[in-house]
Amino acid sequence: MADVTAPPGALRRFVDSDVFYSFRQSKVTVVAAIVTAIIVIGAFLGPWIAPHDTYDVRSLNLLDAFTPPVWSEGGNPSYLLGTDDQGRDVFSTILLGARVSLLVGFAATLFAMILGVLLGLISGYVGGTTDAVIMRIADIKLSFPAILIALLIDGVARGIIPRDMHDDLALYVVIFAIGISNWVAYARTVRGSTLVEKNKEYVQAARIIGLHPFTIMIRHVLPNVLGPVLVIGTLGLAGAILAEATLSFLGVGVPPTRPSLGTLIRVGNNFLFSGEWWMTIFPGVMLVILVLAVNLLGDWLRDALNPKLR
Amino acid sequence: MQNAPLLRVEDLKVEFPTRRGRLVAVDGVSFDIAPGEVLGVVGESGAGKSMTGSAIIGLLEPPGRIAGGSISLDGRRIDNLPYEEMRKIRGKHIGAIFQDPLTSLNPLYSVGKQLVETIETHSDLSPTQARERALALLREVGIPAPERRIDQYPHQFSGGMRQRVVIALALCANPRLIVADEPTTALDVSIQAQIIALLKRLCREHGTAVMLVTHDMGVIAETADRVAVMYAGRVAEIGPVRDVIKNPKHPYTVGLMGSIPRIGRDEERLTQIEGSMPRLTEIPTGCAFNPRCPLVFDRCLRDRPDLIDVGPFHRVSCWKYAEGVGHA
Amino acid sequence: MPDTVMARPADARGAPAFVRAEGLSRYFDVSPPLLNRLLEGKPRQILRAVDGIDFAIGKGETFSLVGESGCGKSTVARLMVGLYRASRGTVEFDGHDFGRMTSRRAMAPIRSRIQMIFQDPYASLNPRWRVREIIAEPIRAYKLLSGDQAINARVDELLRQVRLTPADGVKFPHEFSGGQRQRISIARALASNPEFLVCDEPTSALDVSVQAQILNLMKDLQRELGLTYLFISHNLAVVYHISDRVGVMYLGRLAEVAPARTLFRQPRHPYTRMLLDTIPDMDMTGRQRTPVAGEVPSPINPPSGCSFHPRCPFANDRCKTERPNPIQQGDALIACHGVEEGRVPDGPIGTAQAA
Repeated sequence: MADVTAPPGALRRFVDSDVFYSFRQSKVTVVAAIVTAIIVIGAFLGPWIAPHDTYDVRSLNLLDAFTPPVWSEGGNPSYLLGTDDQGRDVFSTILLGARVSLLVGFAATLFAMILGVLLGLISGYVGGTTDAVIMRIADIKLSFPAILIALLIDGVARGIIPRDMHDDLALYVVIFAIGISNWVAYARTVRGSTLVEKNKEYVQAARIIGLHPFTIMIRHVLPNVLGPVLVIGTLGLAGAILAEATLSFLGVGVPPTRPSLGTLIRVGNNFLFSGEWWMTIFPGVMLVILVLAVNLLGDWLRDALNPKLR
Repeated sequence: MQNAPLLRVEDLKVEFPTRRGRLVAVDGVSFDIAPGEVLGVVGESGAGKSMTGSAIIGLLEPPGRIAGGSISLDGRRIDNLPYEEMRKIRGKHIGAIFQDPLTSLNPLYSVGKQLVETIETHSDLSPTQARERALALLREVGIPAPERRIDQYPHQFSGGMRQRVVIALALCANPRLIVADEPTTALDVSIQAQIIALLKRLCREHGTAVMLVTHDMGVIAETADRVAVMYAGRVAEIGPVRDVIKNPKHPYTVGLMGSIPRIGRDEERLTQIEGSMPRLTEIPTGCAFNPRCPLVFDRCLRDRPDLIDVGPFHRVSCWKYAEGVGHA
Repeated sequence: MPDTVMARPADARGAPAFVRAEGLSRYFDVSPPLLNRLLEGKPRQILRAVDGIDFAIGKGETFSLVGESGCGKSTVARLMVGLYRASRGTVEFDGHDFGRMTSRRAMAPIRSRIQMIFQDPYASLNPRWRVREIIAEPIRAYKLLSGDQAINARVDELLRQVRLTPADGVKFPHEFSGGQRQRISIARALASNPEFLVCDEPTSALDVSVQAQILNLMKDLQRELGLTYLFISHNLAVVYHISDRVGVMYLGRLAEVAPARTLFRQPRHPYTRMLLDTIPDMDMTGRQRTPVAGEVPSPINPPSGCSFHPRCPFANDRCKTERPNPIQQGDALIACHGVEEGRVPDGPIGTAQAA
């Protein structure tokens, strides 16, 4: 088979694709992508690049507490953005906090995505009573505010998990709480697309071959309904980061020993009116930039994948 | 065809700028339509026939644009008019009928309201008179019980009835030209016959000229006076419908006619044109049909043929018919 | 085609038919949701998409179903491949009745012997799969071959069989034109060595020159592989060209079944004649098409008796009340009281005269 040319690789196809072209055309998107990439890489490398290890209680010096940013009067060059009430370097806590925020955001989104896509696929493909049950659960879920459900789950978890294990499990509880309150959007979208794809002739062809419905769902339908999921996932990531920040701000999120951006804002908030503004403003700005950049990426992805706008 | 043409299209060129370069969808198309005449424009998908129609009614989908040539209605250039002016002409002098009647009708308004609104825009009739005229139009296009149906909404009509409403809408301002793009394609064959009969009767009675864009040779054979066969954005052959169908000259038309199955003709295999229409990005130099042509010779690969007279009003763009040339 | 197959009546019991449908019906419940029915007092609504039809197809034969949209011909196609279960009646393939089979396992022995070609070449191939994988899927599913090398060789052979090249296998469906995609669809259908192909409007989305290529290919393949076709189409000329025998459907029932030549030369049922009258005249004989008044009624509340009676110029009281059964007339089966009683004259209907 000498005449069979090698198929173009996935990377090559991506670079040639219309999606990548529309990405390069949009300057805002490129900037948003670069900002997101910097934050994600910075957060990932946080433990290695942060100037101070703020998790190490022994390294903290309470005498350095409340140091203002380096450019203000009384600033200390070794604390770029100042320190908090316990003498922790704000720049380092932001890097490590963003790491926690992103971790929770990604994990919760992934959890919501897998759950939602699976339920949506089954709901759309199987139909009938199964569909009705899943969709009514989704309706009920939608009639509660997501944050309320997250608070409820957090509260229940605190009640049943032994106190000494609580700090270790708090992260997983938050991920579960945010994920479980966000799956409906995926389920509904995937169910809608599945209903469309299910009636297309390539799915009928697979049914005539006699494949198991589950095989058809995973191999044929799933790859064709993932486009919108990617969009919701990106926008959902921003939402999940915010949800985590909200929970942590309310004091029910991750433990204060491993603070996320939300925890930092809450702690700093107590000192806002006593003049130590940097403790809450810098994590807040970081959160806004991160969420904005991710949202812009999501918006672009939605437009790029929408054939009507191309 | 002796009288001055109503519509004259000269060397029309329609382009689509894309990131991979400009695509030429219509490339140097010229034809006339006389008052009251039905010109069929036939071709396969990608031949540029619908694009030609859209260019004439000024509704090219962006980023498509007219890149050359001219379109004149009654001696007046209309291809370079500003949008507002073109919109007036489109309502008053040129009517449009599309394949899917639902795209031409607003689902939120009753058909009566849409008709009355269009009539009032293009005439100074009072609302009562306009409604009278709307009723008359509905009756004329064969909608039973128009007094009852005039206040119904598009979804309450069947496909065939909807297409009749669209025709009534196109006739509101008594236009001189109707551009009908695949008006019967979405309809069942028995309904198709009704719509064709209706179109023909209206043309005869109103003296309206029609540019009938379709892929269906049968519809052309029945309806058109002349036919233009398009291939890859160019006119391959144009002439009186009987000559083109009974005695096609261009090798593409010959192949096309042979590939249509006919009732009563017992043939084991249909005539087959090998290959497929080139993509717009890959139109060969010279004659666009040369890779598929059974009669191709060296000149076809080199030079692009112009339309050459082969009979009264019958013109073909094929080097085979050029006198004393081609074998040089 | 042997004459015995052509002439065999469709309902002849005991004849060696390869595929047979008897009293085949498929009803759809299109009632409004339960809540609406209870609150608004709306009745249950049953759409009789296919309502008791009989036909038989001999081995190696092409049997066509023709009719306007909504006549139920595509539903028959889906019943014949097991995508729908029959509400009533039987579908028999080489002696196996699978019309009511419920489990996938029960159908397994005959699955690979029946395949389908679809109408829309843009929807019938999974856009995320390479052509090679699409064609190989039935081979893998039925475990017909093992080892990538054997499967690849078979896919190459199939690609050549539908006049594509092995190099096309690595591409994605969007890189092909409509006609080429239909060839890929045919290659996939042939991959499991089927004996019976159900073709649902396989050329109606294609241009005429491409249609000619596909029709020629289908005829070649039928000759080479001895295939049996059930061909569904609304295009009478295409049906005439490809078929040995033709069934004309109207509102879920068969109006007339006859050998193609008989049907087109000597249509007997008033609906068949009306359909033939609406064909555009390509030979420029000056014949005017006779537009038939009226439209196809809704299959939810079909007319009583003979469902064609509101549009039929020969209808009388019996047609309005009594459903006609198919009766044998020469080599045709016709469901029409008028033909049975001899009150439908021969020749064209309406005022127009055929040339």
